[in-house]
Amino acid sequence: MSKICSLAEAISSYVHDGDTVFCAGFTHLIPFAAGHEIIRQGKKNLTLARATPDLIYDQMVAAGCAKKLIFSYIGNPGVGSLRIVREELEAGRLEWEEYSHFGMISRLQAGAAGLPFMPMNQTAAPDLERSNPNIRRVKDPYTGQDVVTVPALNPDVGIIHVQRADEHGNAQVWGILGEQKEAAFASRDVIITAEEIVSEDVIRSDPNRTLIPGLIVKAVCQVPHCAHPSYTQGYYDRDNVFYLNWDKISEDRATVNAWLDEWVHGVQGAEEYWQKLGSETHARLAVKPRYAAPVNYGDY
Amino acid sequence: MSDLTYTASELMCINAARLLRDGDVVFVGVGLPNLACNLARRTHAPNLQLIYEAGVIGARPSRLPLSIGDPTLVTGAVSVCGMFDIFSQYLQRGNIDVGFLGGAQIDRFGNINATIIGGDYQHPKVRLPGSGGSQEIAGWANRCYIITPHQKRRFPEKVDFITSAGFLNGRAQRELTGARGGGPLVVVTNLGLLEPDANGELVLSALHPGCTLEQVRENTGWQVRTSGQVSTTEPPLPSELQLLREELDPGGIYLKGS
Repeated sequence: MSKICSLAEAISSYVHDGDTVFCAGFTHLIPFAAGHEIIRQGKKNLTLARATPDLIYDQMVAAGCAKKLIFSYIGNPGVGSLRIVREELEAGRLEWEEYSHFGMISRLQAGAAGLPFMPMNQTAAPDLERSNPNIRRVKDPYTGQDVVTVPALNPDVGIIHVQRADEHGNAQVWGILGEQKEAAFASRDVIITAEEIVSEDVIRSDPNRTLIPGLIVKAVCQVPHCAHPSYTQGYYDRDNVFYLNWDKISEDRATVNAWLDEWVHGVQGAEEYWQKLGSETHARLAVKPRYAAPVNYGDY
Repeated sequence: MSDLTYTASELMCINAARLLRDGDVVFVGVGLPNLACNLARRTHAPNLQLIYEAGVIGARPSRLPLSIGDPTLVTGAVSVCGMFDIFSQYLQRGNIDVGFLGGAQIDRFGNINATIIGGDYQHPKVRLPGSGGSQEIAGWANRCYIITPHQKRRFPEKVDFITSAGFLNGRAQRELTGARGGGPLVVVTNLGLLEPDANGELVLSALHPGCTLEQVRENTGWQVRTSGQVSTTEPPLPSELQLLREELDPGGIYLKGS
């Protein structure tokens, strides 16, 4: 049965006020279009989890969607500070839970594997462990040494952007893999957004490239350019200019609100947003193809 | 050579590059560490293996990466893996020789703060980005190098928050935790090099040409001591500067600074 639906339908069916939402993607494949749809639908009191909240959560926090943030690095990658998030945290208006990158991904790994927690070796750094009561210790039953533990993270909804998927949600990814797979397996409901919807035959021609199987996916949405201003390997480049611009836009709430009005509320969806960026931006982000050598699976 | 001018960033980058040994497996960040690693690979360490936190192994970036997950890192790399694998199988398992670190504050024992300045954790005066991968890099890489400009506010006697471990209150205390990595080995600044002594306290081991002990003392938040003999670093070579300026960061994005 086909799981294809519009992004608006997927968000309205699976993202509820108060949910814990994980928009996956480590710098690569960040599903900005889904974040913008959540803003347009006025979802509230969300707990937003991501290793790097990135601009997507800065925008969702600015739009008033979030009650709490779970993260491991709140910077604007390659630029500096994530101003809105930082301001809200400093003002005490946003709850937060903080880990290191490994703590964060270990929480997802436990959630994805159906385990209650994950053990990690000690790093010698004491202060985060002291500050976050969710970071604990247990005795390794084999050596008697302490290991550090973090609890499983099982988001209500995981939103994962991919290069291509079929109508069942079998999804193939290449390039930086981040926490895409763990986020999908850890989440209760998985929404796949894809640059391209392809036939099942295309997926079956290269099964090793399938990161997420359709059997854990609830909805599949075709959303070309979903990841802008982040990128999709082989499809379009990262829009570093926008990452720099956001640093200016986010200096002031009035310009942030104007930006949200124009680029989120003022467009119907990802297609209109992409067209609005204009041909100069499209040309700047275009990538020349470079193909992998084909592999031989054998005709058995 | 005396008319050879260079920026503070170029000076730090070149000195950091010289610390790398051929064949090292390096966990690379963006900015100066990335430039230092690529400079070393193009000069004395052609067999350097660059591993990026985003899960890229054996990267050969053909343009300057502007974020830790730049797509240029992937194209032509040896392997790409997920975030859990890079932190567990590479870093935690002990497969990383060198990690590069930076931070808002570095203290007398090489502890790094990238979390909060002032106030307490729940009510920080200034909220910084947080650990990212640096807690694990500092804990588990065999050797760590820190690159940072030499300013008093960056070198307090004690950091406000230990995001990533140096030697805590002394080398023995770090050893007690059982963390596998050796801790910081050198701090590269625009004035010189600091290295931990037997107790893990950072002491001045070298000055860059034209820099003085007085400048170091003025810009350090504790009574910084010197190692037995303070040496002078070799000035940047024209060939090193040329590689940096013409090929690695032609736009001067990371190297222009002062």
